[in-house]
Amino acid sequence: MTEYITLSMILFTIGAVGVLVRRNAIVVFMCVELMLNATNLALVAFSRQHGNLDGQVAAFFVMVVAAAEVVVGLAIIVSIYRTRRTTTVDEASLLKL
Amino acid sequence: MLELAWLLVAVPLVSGLGLLVWGKEGDRVGHLIGTAASSFSFIVGLICFFQILGRDEGDRSYSKSLFTWIEAGPFHVDMAYTFDQLSGLFVLLITGVGTLIHVYSIGYMEHDARRRRFFAYLNIFIASMLTLVLASDYLVLFLGWEGVGLASYLLIGFWQHKDSAAAAATKAFVVNRVGDVGMALAIMLMFAQFGTTAISEVNVSVNAASTSTATALGLLLLLGACGKSAQVPLQSWLLDAMEGPTPVSALIHAATMVTAGVYLVVRSNGVFDASEAARNAVIAVGLVTLLAGAWIGCAKDDIKKALAGSTMSQIGYMMLAAGLGPAGYAFAIFHLITHGFFKANLFLGAGSIMHGMDDDVEMRHYGALRAAMPVTFITFLFGYLAIIGFPGFSGFFSKDKIIETAFGHSFWVGLGALVGAGVTGFYMTRMMMMTFFSEKRWKEDVHPHESPKVMTYPLIALGALSLLGGAMMLGGWITDFLEPVVGHAEHEELAIPAWLLSVLITLVVAVGVALSYVLYSREPIAAETPADESVSFFSRAGRHELYGNELNEAVVVRPTRHLTRFLVFLDGKGVDGFVTGLADRLGDASQLLRKPQTGFVRSYALSIFGGSLVVVLALLAARLA
Repeated sequence: MTEYITLSMILFTIGAVGVLVRRNAIVVFMCVELMLNATNLALVAFSRQHGNLDGQVAAFFVMVVAAAEVVVGLAIIVSIYRTRRTTTVDEASLLKL
Repeated sequence: MLELAWLLVAVPLVSGLGLLVWGKEGDRVGHLIGTAASSFSFIVGLICFFQILGRDEGDRSYSKSLFTWIEAGPFHVDMAYTFDQLSGLFVLLITGVGTLIHVYSIGYMEHDARRRRFFAYLNIFIASMLTLVLASDYLVLFLGWEGVGLASYLLIGFWQHKDSAAAAATKAFVVNRVGDVGMALAIMLMFAQFGTTAISEVNVSVNAASTSTATALGLLLLLGACGKSAQVPLQSWLLDAMEGPTPVSALIHAATMVTAGVYLVVRSNGVFDASEAARNAVIAVGLVTLLAGAWIGCAKDDIKKALAGSTMSQIGYMMLAAGLGPAGYAFAIFHLITHGFFKANLFLGAGSIMHGMDDDVEMRHYGALRAAMPVTFITFLFGYLAIIGFPGFSGFFSKDKIIETAFGHSFWVGLGALVGAGVTGFYMTRMMMMTFFSEKRWKEDVHPHESPKVMTYPLIALGALSLLGGAMMLGGWITDFLEPVVGHAEHEELAIPAWLLSVLITLVVAVGVALSYVLYSREPIAAETPADESVSFFSRAGRHELYGNELNEAVVVRPTRHLTRFLVFLDGKGVDGFVTGLADRLGDASQLLRKPQTGFVRSYALSIFGGSLVVVLALLAARLA
């Protein structure tokens, strides 16, 4: 049990650090996915621990939402790349005055 | 003809407005049309006047409503006119003297490129003044009241290329506005108290009202009268108004418009009969003005301004008489009419002199003009004899009656009026001496000559009227004639017989004349005005118009200016400062909030992580606690 949670924490931390330090939008995106899956792992592990299906159902929801999010997210990244010829997140700062 | 009396107003009005919009082609005949319109009104007025004269004494007032002007609930104003004894006399004065002055102006304004416009304004003035005196409702009267104010403004500033004329016009307009506020408030008060503004109804309703209402109404009307008639404390505009062409000074600022205040008081006789306080205020205003005007007339070297001071003084006499109640109303009107004759005569004479002296108004540059301008001299002499009250001339009868009635009211008021008569003799003799007698002090290139016939004939007509105007008093005709309008008064017997008082008045005038004669024939008159420091206090104060302008400056203008500056400051720094300050502070605060918005996705992510961390820690802390 502890191993699952430990793995989940490690994966989540890697994802979080990746989001914070990487500039490439694709990599940031992958890190976000990593964090989501770390959460899924934790949900499923706790589901097993408690002996009911609540966590597994929640994991399914996360997967569905993540799939939708990937579609939208990748579309945004592609369109940014088309107009700006770059996927560096620091460059996309148009909203700042 | 009485049913058509509205033509009196309509014809000059249409002519005036027509002349204004008619282009250059009108220049050739504009003055003739203007004069014709005024003559037409005179003829209509004459016919109407004789028609009411032919009626029975009790049936001489004719009223007619042309159309309903304002209709709002119980409030109802008809565009109506009343041709009665009082307005009849006024109509004759306005159109008669007005027509003579139109004729005179044909010659006087001959070389002015804007003569057509001048006649248009004169016509508009005649129409407005007739509206004023024919109105049977205060609101219609107010229409004429403002109309003459407008005409006066336009004509004072007729030569608006001169800064002084433009300023004088503005001054007259502004000072008149103060009086008009009183007039407007009076009309509102009538409506609030009586529910009507018809003159006849107000004069009756006021008897049922409280004394304080009557007093308030009387004082407000007096304020209006003071503005229009240049009475103290609103006198300051009249002397500056002499910037206008001389026929204007004669018609508007001597013979007719400035007497509108006296007309107003006499017309509102019911109001003044109901309030002794208001009557006393009128007497006080009249007495102060008649002395102040005479004082100013003694000191001015500008012939028109000296005459303007004299006008103030003579209107003071009329006001005084009007304040004496039913005993004085008829004499006020009588003096008003004779004054209209002889003052128009004097002003037109002054215009004739200026015409021959290259528009110089300085009496110190005149002298010995009687040989160069014989007709002007003779007619001016008639005006002079009339105004000082030389026995047999019109002014003798009218002024005599006012002084007599003033003595009947109170010794001191009578004494003031008597002193004024002496001073009148003084300043008019001074004017005669400086202008027609003494030695030549002409400027080098000036060649005085008699004016053309178109100018001298009106002078002769007015000179004759100055002599004969007193005939209206024969057998007390004017008193009896006006009695149905102004009410009956018992004749008060004085302690001394009337003829003795007449002799006394004539003696006082003779003293004034003799004093002036001695003073101005003993040594040559300086060709330049002596410096202020070298003359007596009396001359100095008179020259500065008794410091009226300085007083206005100190009491009204400067405090108002300070108040304005303070209010602007309050508005700028206070009200605006609060609002803009609030906006500025909000802006500053937003600047601070803007700082965290870096636009970098990763820093937003960091703050989300930070925030979640805080939430998680808070939950844990809550759980453990």
